[in-house]
Amino acid sequence: MARAAVPGRLTWQLARVVAVTPETGRTKTVALAAPNWTGHRAGQHVDIRLTAEDGYQAQRSYSIASAPEDDHLMLTIELIEEGEVSPYLTEELRVGDELELRGPIGGWFVWDGTEDGPLLLFGGGSGVVPLRAMLRHRAATANPTPARLVYSARSLEDVIYRHELEDPGDGVEVRIALTRAWPDGWAGHRGRVNDALLDQVAWPPSETPAIYVCGPTGFVEAISRQMVARGHAPGRIKTERFGPTSG
Amino acid sequence: MEDFTVDGNALAGALEQYMGRDMTAERGTCGHCGSASLVAELVVYPKAPSPVARCPNCGDVVMVVTEIHDTVTVHFSQYAL
Repeated sequence: MARAAVPGRLTWQLARVVAVTPETGRTKTVALAAPNWTGHRAGQHVDIRLTAEDGYQAQRSYSIASAPEDDHLMLTIELIEEGEVSPYLTEELRVGDELELRGPIGGWFVWDGTEDGPLLLFGGGSGVVPLRAMLRHRAATANPTPARLVYSARSLEDVIYRHELEDPGDGVEVRIALTRAWPDGWAGHRGRVNDALLDQVAWPPSETPAIYVCGPTGFVEAISRQMVARGHAPGRIKTERFGPTSG
Repeated sequence: MEDFTVDGNALAGALEQYMGRDMTAERGTCGHCGSASLVAELVVYPKAPSPVARCPNCGDVVMVVTEIHDTVTVHFSQYAL
């Protein structure tokens, strides 16, 4: 199955699992060593393909969780119980296993650090994954661009990268909105992302923030609508929609 | 689960393998309603027999992607790039 990659041509390649790290009860980060990997841009993703013994194949697209500067390619995968791919990746995969992947993919939902304006990120649920890659890229390159992340999760237990986001580095502000349950004394936002929260975090259109929104379709549509209503140009709002789970 | 949708970003791998370049930022015109949209903005039903992309404006099918082992075929006669 393994073949040498032709330079410049997107194709399937083999990667070896070097670490599997639980993030929350439903998500794990898989670190991969991919000998033919040519590097990626923050925000891009990969396709993962599984092949059964009878030849049946299933594939899914996953955002890259690591910065281009990180040692390994990292994917953070959320378990979807009825899924064909994520149960294997989150429950069966072991260090040393090999995976087939195709990537890096996508040139639209990316942040290279050269874009105009501050960086304004909205993540719903596991939609935070490509945004985390952007923040890591920002940190690894000591990019001074101010950045804010609004991260909507059901409960504190569902917050991925919680410890990393508690100390996001200079110039980065992280606001967590818990939509279903919150601990006693929770000082963050309670409920869905609303105008009151946006009043605090959204730079005005005059500052032309580069806006990235990733999450379930309903979350992405709601945030996009609110940001357009605030006067942001639709062309400044980049979106990536996935999945049925709500943030 | 039949209303499970993602967006055109999820087709980026198959499309790049087929077209030889990233397609997510390309703009196409729907052959049904005439509205323009980015590939990244198409509404994708990933679980049909093959992934199907629909126009975000009118909802009609504009693209069908078939991927069997290493062969990708894309039908996009209703999406003018």
